[in-house]
Order: sequence, then C-alpha cells, then structure tokens
Amino acid sequence: MNTRTQVLLWGAQRASAAVLALCVIVHLVTIIYAVRNGLSAAEVLGRTRGSGLWFGFYALFIAAVAVHAPIGLRTILSETFDWRGRSLDVLVLIMGILLALWGLRAVWAVFA
Amino acid sequence: MTVLQVKVWRGGESGHYQEFEVPRFESQSVLDVVTYIQRSLDPTLSYRFACRVGMCGSCAMTVNGKARWTCRTHVAKVAAADRLEIAPLANLPVVKDLVTDMSPFFEKWAAAHGRFQGGRTRRDDFERVPPDSPQRGLVDEAIECIGCGICYSSCDVVSWNADYLGPAALNRAWTLVNDVRDTDQTRLAAVAGDAGCHACHTQMTCTERCPKQLSPTASIAGLKRLALAAALEGEI
Ligand code: FES
Repeated sequence: MNTRTQVLLWGAQRASAAVLALCVIVHLVTIIYAVRNGLSAAEVLGRTRGSGLWFGFYALFIAAVAVHAPIGLRTILSETFDWRGRSLDVLVLIMGILLALWGLRAVWAVFA
Repeated sequence: MTVLQVKVWRGGESGHYQEFEVPRFESQSVLDVVTYIQRSLDPTLSYRFACRVGMCGSCAMTVNGKARWTCRTHVAKVAAADRLEIAPLANLPVVKDLVTDMSPFFEKWAAAHGRFQGGRTRRDDFERVPPDSPQRGLVDEAIECIGCGICYSSCDVVSWNADYLGPAALNRAWTLVNDVRDTDQTRLAAVAGDAGCHACHTQMTCTERCPKQLSPTASIAGLKRLALAAALEGEI
C-alpha cells in the first residue's frame, strides 16, 4: 500500500470516528427513550418500518462502523503480530465488507 | 552514612543485574552514582556521558524503569527507599552494560529527512526569518532537542513497530517542515503513513519524559495534519 493511501486511511478513520461519536449518542438516547417508555418490539418496529429517516441514520452508522473498525483492526493486528502487507490489507477489507453487509441486513430488517 | 543499593545491568542483550553499594552524597546525580561504581568498585562497567550538564544527550539510561538523563537526575528525586535500578535505554540494541547502539535511532533521523536542505549558496545574501513569524514560533517550540533518545526509548509504538520513525526524528522533521528556508519537497511523504507520523497513538509518553520539556506529540500531530492535507491534494 502506498503512503498516500495509508494517510487517506488515517483520515478516513478520523472522519468516521467523528460520525460514530454522534451516531452512538443518538443511538443511546434512542435506546434509553424506548426502554423508559416501555416500548414493545412491535411498537419499535412500528416506528422504524418505512421510515426513511431511521433507515438513513442507521445506514450512516453502519457505513461509519464499516470504515472505522477495519482500519483500526489493521493497526492492532500489525502491531500485535508484526503482520504487514497485502494479506493483512485484504483481510481487513473483507472484514469491512462483511461488517457493512451484516449491518445493512439488520437495518433492512427493521425498515422493510 | 546512608548507603544506596544499586542494581546495574551487566552484559549485552542478555545479561543480569549486579548489585553495588554506593555511599549517598548530597546533591548526588544518578550519573554520579554510575561514575562512583566505575571509578571505585568495578572499572569494567561501561556507560556513556560527555557534558554532565544536560546538553549533549549522551547519558540517558533507564532509571527505576523510566528513561532519564542521568546527569540531571537527582538521586533524591528517583531513589525511593535508597534503591536504584539502572539499565540501558529500551528499544535500542545493547552494546555492553549501560551503552546502547544509537545507530537505529539516528538512521531514522536520516530517513525522516532530518537534514536541513537550503536553497542558497554562499554568494547569496542571508535569508531573513522574522523571529515573531508563526512558523518560526512553531520551530522554537520543538528545536531544543538534544538527541538523547529518551522519547524513542519510552515510546510503545517503537516497541510494537520496528519501522516507526519515532518521536525525535518526527519532531526534527517538523522543525524543518516549518523552516521557510528549507527546500526539501519530499520530506512530508517520507514522514507520513504507517511507519511515520500516522502510526502515533498520541499516548504522549515522549512528551511526559522529554527532559527538555518538548512536545514531540504536538509536532507529530502537526505533521499528521499537513500530510493529510497534502494527501487530499494529491501531493504525496
Ligand atoms: S552528560 Fe550530556 S546530557 Fe547528560
């Protein structure tokens, strides 16, 4: 991987961290609201089904996770196991794609 | 008279601690202790020093687990219960006893383009740098490095990533990036990425331990920002 890509990955991780910080707060406030108001699963689904706003928000959340986590994992694996190069990059890329797919599947499940 | 119990590393990469008893004096520095051992107890002990006044950066050792400049470290400050454990700097190959091979450290200064590259000849006039210009201010904050290697020895990222340039070399690069006279256009690329400034986790041990109270962390953060801007512009 060339230096420019490494630097851009670092930038992407910082940017996704900022998005995540916001998303996590909104997510936590939503959970606390739902629990404190005793919403049932059906009532939660009633609010999320067909809601473009919730879909958009959680899709953004998943996108941020799918960008942030693999880049961090790449550094952790590299520093822990002295592992560098293409095999590591491919592994974390696959991780990112899987995270995005799993996440979007979950978002789709509460939307559709 | 109080006596200090001093354990000193003997050998190379593998070795052992040897115990010495050293009389305690007033205003005694850790370097005084090592010197006493070498002059009065065991002349085969190897260690390094030169100026004894905190200028040359050659006397750094690991004292009770932390890297310190020994000539300016008072025993009173570090020897709880009159005990000292003195070892060579971490993250560098040990030559013998308390002497490390500093080559990897300075090779990384070279890799970080730590050398000033001017654009003028002796026939040109001096280039004037206003002392109160913002860039000169940034240089001032980072320029007093004495190359002791304490930050490098204290940095976890160096211990995890052998390619990482380390705090001192990056701090040096930062002073040159902000030197308006310097013409090296490839320095930023040389200090960016996985082995450069972007590997720093901002743990700040370098800044905490720097005997000159510099902040390599701040210099590295500056490099990160400049390099990201350059990468976005397609310049690196
Ligand atoms: S001997 Fe020169 S800095 Fe300590």
